[in-house]
Amino acid sequence: MFKCKAVWNKLAPLVRASSTLCLQNARKSVLRHGRRLEMVQKAQMSSGPAGGGGENTLYYVLVGATCLGTGVYAYRTVSGDKERYNERMIDLVNRPKQGPRAAEAVTEVVAGSKEEPVEEPTLTEAPVEEPLVTEAVVEFTESEPVTEPLVEASIPEPTVETLVTESVVEASVPESIIEVSVTEPVAEAPAVTQSEEPLASVVESETEPTPVIITAHVPEASPVSESAAVSEPAPAAEPVESTAAHSDVPEHAPYLLIGGGTASFAAARSIRARDPGARVLIVTEESELPYMRPPLSKELWFSDDPKATETLSFKQWNGKERSIYFQPPSFYVSPTDLAKVENGGVAVLTGRKVVHMDVRENKVKLSDGAEISYEKCLIATGGVPRNLQVIDRAGEEVMKRTTLFRKIEDFRSLEKISREVKSITIIGGGFLGSELACALGRRSTDLGLEVIQMFPEKGNMGKVLPEYLSNWTTEKVRKEGVNIIMDAVVKNVSYKNDKLEIKLKDGRLIETDHVVAAVGLEPSVELAKSAGLEVDSDFGGYRVNAELQARSNIWVAGDAACFYDIKLGRRRVEHHDHAVVSGRLAGENMTGASKPYWHQSMFWSDLGPDVGYEAIGIVDSSLPTVGVFAKATAKDTPKAATEQSGTGIRSESETEAVAVTLKAETTAPPPPVQQKEDYGKGVVFYLRDNVVVGIVLWNVFNRMPIARKIIKDGEQHADLNEVAKLFNIHED
Amino acid sequence: LPLCLSLGKDRIIFVTKEDHEAPSNAELIEDDPNDPYEDHGLILPNGDINWNCPCLGGMASGPCGQQFKDAFSCFHYSKEEVKGSDCVENFRSMQECMQKYPELYPQEDDNDSAPSGGADNAPTASTSTDSLPTSSPDSTPAATENPAAS
Repeated sequence: MFKCKAVWNKLAPLVRASSTLCLQNARKSVLRHGRRLEMVQKAQMSSGPAGGGGENTLYYVLVGATCLGTGVYAYRTVSGDKERYNERMIDLVNRPKQGPRAAEAVTEVVAGSKEEPVEEPTLTEAPVEEPLVTEAVVEFTESEPVTEPLVEASIPEPTVETLVTESVVEASVPESIIEVSVTEPVAEAPAVTQSEEPLASVVESETEPTPVIITAHVPEASPVSESAAVSEPAPAAEPVESTAAHSDVPEHAPYLLIGGGTASFAAARSIRARDPGARVLIVTEESELPYMRPPLSKELWFSDDPKATETLSFKQWNGKERSIYFQPPSFYVSPTDLAKVENGGVAVLTGRKVVHMDVRENKVKLSDGAEISYEKCLIATGGVPRNLQVIDRAGEEVMKRTTLFRKIEDFRSLEKISREVKSITIIGGGFLGSELACALGRRSTDLGLEVIQMFPEKGNMGKVLPEYLSNWTTEKVRKEGVNIIMDAVVKNVSYKNDKLEIKLKDGRLIETDHVVAAVGLEPSVELAKSAGLEVDSDFGGYRVNAELQARSNIWVAGDAACFYDIKLGRRRVEHHDHAVVSGRLAGENMTGASKPYWHQSMFWSDLGPDVGYEAIGIVDSSLPTVGVFAKATAKDTPKAATEQSGTGIRSESETEAVAVTLKAETTAPPPPVQQKEDYGKGVVFYLRDNVVVGIVLWNVFNRMPIARKIIKDGEQHADLNEVAKLFNIHED
Repeated sequence: LPLCLSLGKDRIIFVTKEDHEAPSNAELIEDDPNDPYEDHGLILPNGDINWNCPCLGGMASGPCGQQFKDAFSCFHYSKEEVKGSDCVENFRSMQECMQKYPELYPQEDDNDSAPSGGADNAPTASTSTDSLPTSSPDSTPAATENPAAS
């Protein structure tokens, strides 16, 4: 109704004039758009300026559409009225004191309608509307023994999952409920909570209307009663579990860190270092303690240890073993002890998602309804892997054979799949895609696995490295056993004859068993709405200032932060070291430092044993670049090529050097020795308005401080060869 | 003489060792040692200990963080002839605490440079700037940056 009125008011000025011409137009419009007569009458008066029949038509369309919309809205409201009424009832009832009594009252009604034992088919077949009802009932009966209303929200999630996802899942979850295995459903609840956030909120609000709904909608009574029966055995055990799970949430945390990744951990460490006795609570939706991501696409694949997948330990370049977890479990304090432990500590609450943030009251709400108040808060929610639209729409069979790689479970799953299938295709030519391609390529011969990598660019790292280096890199990846398809734009993916068929825009068809999509990261900014935080439209992520602050008491760090870099301008960086640097900085600022982003973070990548580079700043291949390269020696690559070392160390005469480089220009591929020498090692400067804003150290190591200094200075250098001298690229 | 190529917007220069023999004439701005924004090593310009130094690993932030800070501060400010000899109590209570968490503080031979909690960066009592290169990738072993480095 309001919509109509608003529109009406806007158009009021137009209403003033009138003419017969408009009458005729109105009639025509009616015939054309089929408006109701009353609408036409009103429209007559609002003839609009003499200027145009077109405008009038538009006006009629507008008014007509609005009224239609209003009609639909009204209809929906009336039919949804019952639900809202009941919601309101629950709210009232849910006040702690009244809880138990209300629960009992409703119990009787439900008990009355209980009938036969479970029938899974009915559960699964229930149409979309009914899930709301069945969930409510399930929750409901489970709340009998326990009076805490908040508990209800966590339990039905397994059921929620069943009704919404595929039949395969549906079959398994009710079974677990029936088994009365205490751990399973609860374990699933956190897993489910992660993905079903919108449903969770729906569920929360509909805890107790069921009795009313049962009587009102007769057809729904049977599935409702059945699910009531289903959940009967479980509630006895489950509520106890979930009560325990729920009560481990502290009510207050002086330092609350949302997200349990690299940035969050770095912040926790920073806070603890600077504020003695600080009590830090990390809330993460993952079920893992904080861990680092880079080894998931690098070291863990190269490990000789067959148990690496389980232990997640890898050997560093210096021979020492370490785990991807930043700290073992004994480092952390349990959430329940956090408030009491003498010298404070860091506690991690796993499997919980923050779904709502109240900035005025300085508190957050979790997916299970628990609330935590804070004094300082960090948002380090990172992001989720992007998917290709064509895969998203391709249906379940394709989705089942697609990996969006980011977490530990994705690594484990892909590692297992790599041993089972015959062909894997990686879509994406950036860091993650290329690293995974190399990792899988290495195993390809042993496993008899075909590894394909496809991307729209002309070469690997096409958006990062200048073309000549990108080409060189692509060759290296090919040598690792990867079949590279460039200029590939995926048009369609379908499941045929137990294989996936990828159709490219140019008509090429690729058959494969499994797909890994490495096409970017979507920053997680779900809290922006409830918290009233700004989201950046250019880079995505929460918009924060140079000190990583979004608002008083709220900071953002890591992949999700779009921050102002004093030297390089506003940006958002998705690298590991940036997460560490920004997390640490946020922690410092949360403890009063007020420092801007200053220490430039770096990143690195390895593509097989021959190519390793480190980089810093804005490394965008669309910028003009200046690369300074030395003739490579055998010492520059980890694998010493002994025969060539004689020629490599000291470059020969000028003419020889020229001959070598001239060969590089021709299209004929130079012999392998020369290839290594052409771009063996060097420095590439990325320029913006003649100032160096990014540097790639190509196979030269331990020079990052110099690179950092040059970027910090932000000077215009006339001769970059002179700047390159500072790196001593000919030495080790 | 360096060989220069131009590939569109990208320039490539190939240099021999001789080409780079002469010292660089590129000018770098002098660093301000008291720059408040800069990351510092273990010791801050005012003489205090920088507990947030990546070189300390998790020592100052773990369960025995407080004991570690007390012991190390005492040592740092100790004016005794044998530096730290007045801090025995502090070190003992730190040792006691660390024994309760063998996973975090592996009881290896080196007691003076106690192994960091879980991470592999051993704390250095020196103010050497070698803490700088490793300063950023602190929680990753500096190692994973340079797997190709020999």
